[in-house]
Amino acid sequence: MSTKSTINAAFLAGAVAAALSSFAIAAPLTEEQVKAAMDAGKEKCFGVALKGQNDCAAGPGTTCQATSTVDYQGNSWKFVDGGTCATMELPDGRKGSPEVLSRDLPS
Amino acid sequence: MHALEECHAGAAKEFGYPAGFVPGLLDPDRATPALVAGPNGKTADKRYNVYRNNVTVSLIDALATVFPATMRITGEAFFRAMARFHVRETPPTSPLLFEYGRDFPDFIERYDYAQSMPWLADVARIERAWLDAYHAADAATLLPDVLASIPPERLCDVVFEAHPASRIVCSAYPAVTIFSANRASGPVGRIDTTAAESALVTRPMLEVEVRRLSPGADIFLPHLMAVEPLGKAAATASEHCPQFDLATAIGTMLEAGALTAIRHGG
Repeated sequence: MSTKSTINAAFLAGAVAAALSSFAIAAPLTEEQVKAAMDAGKEKCFGVALKGQNDCAAGPGTTCQATSTVDYQGNSWKFVDGGTCATMELPDGRKGSPEVLSRDLPS
Repeated sequence: MHALEECHAGAAKEFGYPAGFVPGLLDPDRATPALVAGPNGKTADKRYNVYRNNVTVSLIDALATVFPATMRITGEAFFRAMARFHVRETPPTSPLLFEYGRDFPDFIERYDYAQSMPWLADVARIERAWLDAYHAADAATLLPDVLASIPPERLCDVVFEAHPASRIVCSAYPAVTIFSANRASGPVGRIDTTAAESALVTRPMLEVEVRRLSPGADIFLPHLMAVEPLGKAAATASEHCPQFDLATAIGTMLEAGALTAIRHGG
């Protein structure tokens, strides 16, 4: 007995149409929307991470993961929601920055 | 001829020392290598043990970094003891430590003391897939409007290109729920589900995403990623899983960015 190896073309087209029209799809539809999502998404924010909690989950043997040794270290960064970095209020009047900061460096 | 022999002798000299030094590092039953000696020819057991300790601890630390949820489930003492057995049995083959631990989930599955947690190996498989997705090449994901532009009568024969980061972990246990709860920073509450959950791991942009796959989608997607035509992959999934819902599976793969482009047939 041979196994069925094709599927009804009309059924397939219906499923694709249903998937495309479904509200469940949160994926960007076009190239422009991909770029917009990247821009609106996470941005690197320097000087806001608590020690040892800077982002970069590259795993063992890499030099960037959880390596900051002081709180709010100016040259370590975390991903934050786009546009929120510079508005972050931190203790003692510190602010986050999308650029590397020279404050709070480990001595 | 003479020059060639000299060259070989030089290589033997060069590699002779590591060949004598290395085997005892992960094997506590071996004696300190004879080529290691203290001042005035004294034995150097303590000195050599420093190397043994550093190598073993650094490899256990590497596994702890790759498998944080697994360690959170077992507790640190259990995890490190289990990892020590694995490190001695299967040392790394690559000098890149972030590639270590691909055999660890299979080891967990066989490990006597982990038999009461039959889902633990699958959680570890998702964690390893997570790091592989993180390091995979960047690629644009298949956009819904590309799929929409294919004439309906040609859909059956369309073949896709898998995204380099996409991984599927099939599980007979609620592995995704357990993984997610133990990767989140909050406390882990009671997990009541016993439903099987296969995981789809993708990295459409900068961040790795882990999703549950609907029933049968864990058959459909691997076939699709193995460059089978859409119609054939859908038929195979329907055959093996009566609850398979094709529209849901296509929606999930688009949303997750599991594919990158249409290879041919579009």
